[in-house]
Amino acid sequence: MFGLEKRDTTLLLIVAILTLFAPFILNPFPTGSGLAQFNAGYPDLMQRFVIFGIFAIGFNILFGLTGYLSFGHAAFLGVGSYSAVWMFKLLSMNVLPAILLSVIISGLFALVIGYISLRRSGIYFSILTLAFAQMSFSLAYSVLTPITNGETGLQLTLDDPRILGASATADGSIPVTNLFGLEMRSTYQMAVGAWDFQFNIGYYLCALILLAAFYLSIRIFRSPFGMMLRAVKSNQQRMNYTGLNSKPYTLAAFVISGMYAGLAGGLMASMDPLAGAERMQWTASGEVVLMTILGGAGTLIGPVLGAGFIKYFENIFSKINDNVLHGWFSFLPDGLEDFVVFIVHPFIGKGWHLTLGILFMLVVIYLPGGLVEGGQRIHGWIRGNKRGDASQSKTNPAE
Amino acid sequence: MSKTDVSRRGLLKTGAVAGTGLALPTIFTAQSAAAFTNDPTGGTVTLGFNVPQTGPYADEGADELRAFELAVEHLNGGGDGGMLSTFSSKALEGNGILGKKVEFVTGDTQTKSDAARASAKSMIEKDGAIMISGGSSSGVAVAVQGLCQEAGVIFMAGLTHSNDTTGKDKKANGFRHFFNAYMSAAALAPVLKNLYGDDRKAYHLTADYTWGWTQEESIKAATEALGWETVNTVKTPLAATDFSSYIAPVLNSGADVLVLNHYGGNMVNSLTNAVQFGLRDKVVNGKNFEIVVPLYSRLMAKGAGENVKGIHGSTNWHWSLRDEGSQAFVRSFGTKYGFPPSQAAHTCYVQTLLYADAVARAGSFNPCAVAEALEGFEFDGLGNGKTLYRADDHQCFKDVLVVRGKENPTSEFDLLEVVEVTPAEQVTYAPDHPMFAGGQLGSCNPGA
Amino acid sequence: MDAFLLQILNGLDKGSAYALIALGLTLIFGTLGVVNFAHGALFMIGAFCAVTLQKIFNISFETIDATQTDFLGNPLKVKTTYLEHWLGADLGGLIINWSVPLAILFAIPIMICFGFIMERGLIKHFYKRPHADQILVTFGLAIVLQEVVKYFYGANPIPTPAPDALNGVANIGALIGMDIIYPVWRIVYFFFACLIIAGVFAFLQFTTFGMVVRAGMADRETVGLLGINIDRRFTIMFGIAAAVAGLAGVMYTPINSPNYHMGMDFLVLSFVVVVVGGMGSLPGAVLAGFVLGILESFASMEWAINLIPGINQIIIYLVAIIILLVRPRGLMGRKGVMED
Repeated sequence: MFGLEKRDTTLLLIVAILTLFAPFILNPFPTGSGLAQFNAGYPDLMQRFVIFGIFAIGFNILFGLTGYLSFGHAAFLGVGSYSAVWMFKLLSMNVLPAILLSVIISGLFALVIGYISLRRSGIYFSILTLAFAQMSFSLAYSVLTPITNGETGLQLTLDDPRILGASATADGSIPVTNLFGLEMRSTYQMAVGAWDFQFNIGYYLCALILLAAFYLSIRIFRSPFGMMLRAVKSNQQRMNYTGLNSKPYTLAAFVISGMYAGLAGGLMASMDPLAGAERMQWTASGEVVLMTILGGAGTLIGPVLGAGFIKYFENIFSKINDNVLHGWFSFLPDGLEDFVVFIVHPFIGKGWHLTLGILFMLVVIYLPGGLVEGGQRIHGWIRGNKRGDASQSKTNPAE
Repeated sequence: MSKTDVSRRGLLKTGAVAGTGLALPTIFTAQSAAAFTNDPTGGTVTLGFNVPQTGPYADEGADELRAFELAVEHLNGGGDGGMLSTFSSKALEGNGILGKKVEFVTGDTQTKSDAARASAKSMIEKDGAIMISGGSSSGVAVAVQGLCQEAGVIFMAGLTHSNDTTGKDKKANGFRHFFNAYMSAAALAPVLKNLYGDDRKAYHLTADYTWGWTQEESIKAATEALGWETVNTVKTPLAATDFSSYIAPVLNSGADVLVLNHYGGNMVNSLTNAVQFGLRDKVVNGKNFEIVVPLYSRLMAKGAGENVKGIHGSTNWHWSLRDEGSQAFVRSFGTKYGFPPSQAAHTCYVQTLLYADAVARAGSFNPCAVAEALEGFEFDGLGNGKTLYRADDHQCFKDVLVVRGKENPTSEFDLLEVVEVTPAEQVTYAPDHPMFAGGQLGSCNPGA
Repeated sequence: MDAFLLQILNGLDKGSAYALIALGLTLIFGTLGVVNFAHGALFMIGAFCAVTLQKIFNISFETIDATQTDFLGNPLKVKTTYLEHWLGADLGGLIINWSVPLAILFAIPIMICFGFIMERGLIKHFYKRPHADQILVTFGLAIVLQEVVKYFYGANPIPTPAPDALNGVANIGALIGMDIIYPVWRIVYFFFACLIIAGVFAFLQFTTFGMVVRAGMADRETVGLLGINIDRRFTIMFGIAAAVAGLAGVMYTPINSPNYHMGMDFLVLSFVVVVVGGMGSLPGAVLAGFVLGILESFASMEWAINLIPGINQIIIYLVAIIILLVRPRGLMGRKGVMED
């Protein structure tokens, strides 16, 4: 189907089902129950899952295929966000032109930076991209404030000179982002028994784009172009000796992944019209690197899993506080309850970083292939196979 | 618990699209029952406390959280009631808000606009929070304030000192109790004049982002009005940790006052570096060289250790105040946690009380009714003397404290002493003051 | 002229911190080939060794002073440190006052052990793994170390002053007939950094152990084939690298009050310094540290900012880009190191 092999079609279908039914899947616990804390099925987080999924998929096209480790990808995401917000400010609240512009601008930005950075490889390439991104961040935060609104972040105001559309609605608010009238933030609530599911227009737009992005990434992975990129990774020198100039291929991969990042940035701004400079900081670039490695670099689905994993921790674990803990363990005798809360306390709420750090280490120590390998092992274990067999079902070897 | 649509305009459209798109057996919630976002229908009401729990302001955030917990306890009738007994409005009865028990959720802003908005959104979308409060930087405050305006909930700003929060970025759903850079400048200037005279040459080091700029602008204007000359203003990168290369030129600039428009870690480092370079022992133009830190935070000042001694600045509130409200707050906070509250804790506690009181007076959780109750509200007994929540820009006008690093602290908390309480009239400005121009409140948004 | 000299001094002083961190990082990154994202954390741990020692010295007992009251109106509890109680106010006070220099002795064994444990327990298993895995695991470790420190010491900076005797300023321009005032402790830091750098170089240059390690850096396999246990030596080098980073941290505390994320602030920068200096080149790392320090100081001067707005924010990265494009191997690196 869609010009894909059977296995890839299955993967795409699985991803499609997962994303389209995410409001159900991510909301397994009844609202109001103690475990509802772990529900992730609310619009903002679901949007973030797919947006960062797109970002990581794009990053993986560069890193997973060519092995070039960019440490400045967040810059493209930031540029994409700024372009989109400017489009909202100047042209229209329709998300389509904003997303298009953000993809184009970040593509151009990636072309320039990629052209320069790709003159070097290995760690030197990483440092070059890092340097460019850090420069973008520092300037956006300070000197470029007229364009970026610095620390506060670029926001919509009531007096934006919007060409197509009003500066403010009749009742004096800022208009909301929409797709031909479909408001991104409108959410349909469905209560089934004790459960409360939320279906958000913005989320479904992001989800559809994620599917398209994922499909495109499968096509790239399986194409001769993808093969060429893998050749770059395995031995660039040998490739050069055969008379092939690898630079156009790597540059194309760089630009494509930059455009993915821009797309993610544009979507982010479409869901929530704000663009802040922190999006370009090295920690943000580092985050997508971590997402990709954590999920499984070079695999198709890995980066998406990694993105979901990190965002889940950031948004769910940081919100658990001692009160919640006492609520959970209230069934225990008093002394024991306090003891359990005392033990768990450092790992939740303000300690969510600690939990994340420990999990990074555990995953990379015990699952060298990232979360994907974990999935394969479980899969293999369920089927009663030995590990050797399981590795055959790898979606795509990480080399 | 039933929650409702965030949008009021997309209601029909969404219903139609989703309804046809998903022909599933559903039990529909009555969507039109609620007139505003997250209308609390059960016996409880949820507030969202969004504070930095990771990153450089984590300790300040932790203190804010303590204050919020204390406020919730007091609202629900627990503890000794704290400032409820000294508050001039008596609408709160210690039975929650409008009889509903107060519950709260917490989140981590990470002092990043993005993360702060994500966290606030999850509180609104997932936990049904009706009010968001907290935060420890202006960038975050402005970002979250914008979000609350869009979502239709009330935002009670925590620690945010930039003029923009209630200036060009003001919002109808956002309220600030904390003072701002203009007020710092207006309060400091007369004190500086008394101490250092009206013939001074000032050198500014300014954190290179919006808050720093508004403060530099404010202090510069106020001191130049005294007759001071501004020798130079230099922007320092936010990421700077070592300010030596910015301090060194001060030595030969001919300036005799150094103004550090820095906050948090920047302030600790730049002040430490300035003292290292012997600036305080210098004599320039026949006068002792002086350093001014316009915005003090006791928690952060602690990091600068001995270096704060004798340095003047301003602060929103300090635990050593002797008025009834402050005393009551310090007593209940100190008894519960074992140390005195910070100004961040104070402003967050007060904001929670003010919100609850406004709901009680309005008789409704509707953000528009609450906003109306807060606008132009005059109160007393919350630690800053008589205070006005001005309707024009949702900024509180109250006395501002000018403080000095204490020479002989008796404890680790006893770092600052209040030099002067500048009365509210002196720090009040017109709503259309040029430093605050450029934004509009817009109209209040109740959401759904 | 004064201003220039002052900025050069400043640059040397900033550069000493960069050089020390980069030196340690080069030992690990440039030679063992491990991308160690936890190196900044080692610097931070060093700084907190100083904080810890200061805390230990300040362990005290409380006596109640009925004449004063605390913030709740209760009688004030006055703290007296055991050191002052046992050794008298003079000697005890002196020891407390000198806690930062004394922390050097405290930090060296701790940091070396820490380095050993880290290498044996974790890094060892990652020599053959891709750089990506090394990044993930060391970044995870850095976060864990940070959070542990934050758990015990809080997020705010902790003041750790230099001894009073070294706290003032000195007019070092007096030697050349000029008026250049500079903080004493920063001068101490500079000389301390030079001492450590010289020590590391001498160790590598003039001892058999150092010779073997240098050989191992150049060609690990051959040295292994010669029957030399290079692994054990690399472990020791890791310990030394950790100690260098830790000492840089200890001595840095009076310059800026340490906090738990100070390591992250230096992390990116130290990688840039190493690459600019040339991968695997120890002299390169030191040179690049000083050069970037001085350039950063110059960039923060007014004429530079007026010339190119924002130059003070980006100078390090700009220099890195230019050097990598013009001279890919860095200032003093060998060709082709870690190019893949």
